[in-house]
Amino acid sequence: MKYAYFPGCSAESTARDLYLSTLAVAPVLGVEFIEPQGWSCCGTTMAHQVDHDLSVSLAAANLAKVKDMGLDMVVSCASCYSRMKIANHEISTNPKTRGIVSATLGRDYDGSVKVRHFVEIIIEDMGLAAFKKALKHSLQGLKVASYYGCLLVRPPEIASFDDPENPVYMDKIIDAMGGVGLDWPHKVECCGGSLTLTRSDLVVKLSETIISMAKDSGAQCIAVACPMCQINLDMRQDDILKTTGHRYDMPIIYITQLMGLCLGMSEQALGLNKLIISPQETLNFIQSSIRS
Amino acid sequence: MPIKIKKEAVRRGIINRVKEISGIDINACLQCKKCTNGCPVSEYTSSSPSEIIKKLQLGAGEELLDSEIIWTCVSCATCYSRCPMEIDMAQVMDALRVLAEETGAAKPDGNMPLMNKILLGTIKTFGRTYDLGAMALYKAGTASYMKDMDKVPMILKKGKIALLPSQGADKKMVKQIFNHLEKARKK
Repeated sequence: MKYAYFPGCSAESTARDLYLSTLAVAPVLGVEFIEPQGWSCCGTTMAHQVDHDLSVSLAAANLAKVKDMGLDMVVSCASCYSRMKIANHEISTNPKTRGIVSATLGRDYDGSVKVRHFVEIIIEDMGLAAFKKALKHSLQGLKVASYYGCLLVRPPEIASFDDPENPVYMDKIIDAMGGVGLDWPHKVECCGGSLTLTRSDLVVKLSETIISMAKDSGAQCIAVACPMCQINLDMRQDDILKTTGHRYDMPIIYITQLMGLCLGMSEQALGLNKLIISPQETLNFIQSSIRS
Repeated sequence: MPIKIKKEAVRRGIINRVKEISGIDINACLQCKKCTNGCPVSEYTSSSPSEIIKKLQLGAGEELLDSEIIWTCVSCATCYSRCPMEIDMAQVMDALRVLAEETGAAKPDGNMPLMNKILLGTIKTFGRTYDLGAMALYKAGTASYMKDMDKVPMILKKGKIALLPSQGADKKMVKQIFNHLEKARKK
């Protein structure tokens, strides 16, 4: 299974851990990734607020590169995923936008590159049966709240990821790994990621709503697939404690990191040392089951 | 809650400008308020998506652009996803942001336009975003040095932010995109 892999800017910075774990896990699952040369920012999350044509063009510059590679584009950042899909939708449905983008890029692009998320590849292309066969360890009943956030699932007709209100793709992966994918109500609520530096007061409120619901649902950790959700929910627990006195210590772990653990990879290789809320209890829980 | 609007000299207020920029026709709105009920920020902010739509329909003018929700909207698209009339409110909000910038409308707490400008500046220069540089510039621009100061050592210690800007992007293409669109705007 060969794909063009778009890492996104956060892969080199705030989501280095997502990047490391995705690249560690992929080859073991028989997934080959080729990065488009000179890939650039897709324009999320700010360009669409400023200039519509700019946001579509920034995404299209990368889509056009992948078009030349003749492959599907796999994205692991939910925010890039959303922008790429929106750009494809606008270019393929609006001839005026396609014309503007062609003029801007100096070449035509038709909006036809298929954009996929890594989680979709596991479920739709690899299949859970094959995925299970590759596993070395089990999560041994670890209770995980899968948190999808906004950008993977909305707007539904453009994102077309699983189910917009009750997605289960990550839960299926958790279950396949021997964990318990919890049925909980805040899977697709927004954590306020795009306001993280400008309105941290609001972000603290939105994040706490999600984390407290996960805790009340019995979660031992939250699994995420979006860099903005990860750093937001991880970093803001300190502010939640300071402003409300509520201590959660809820590890916010990328789904690819959990996958890597079940594939027998080291914490270092998966970037688990980069998480702000220590995942040690979760790791102990999984490892005690490995020993027994 | 009673809705008050100020009628502008221009007939039908700014609704047509919003439609022109966003391509979205909001006249189909039924005021069912599914957008507002699902909106994660409307309970913490003055105004709500359904109220913005109603005000536009009633002919609101530029004073609407001072609404806090234009900048507290998180672009999560819950409104659009649940709208029975499929009104893309997220695009309407983007159009209101463009108009707010154009007309120099009031900026509520948290200077989102400045953050956007700085982040886009890093993309134009490096072809990819440069978080740490953008954070520093934003703090300098808003004199909010103390806010979130504890976060910087936290993420630096964990290696959770890049110290230097990325060098791998096709900078030529990105510059071309910015320059082409800037030129097209001037025409």
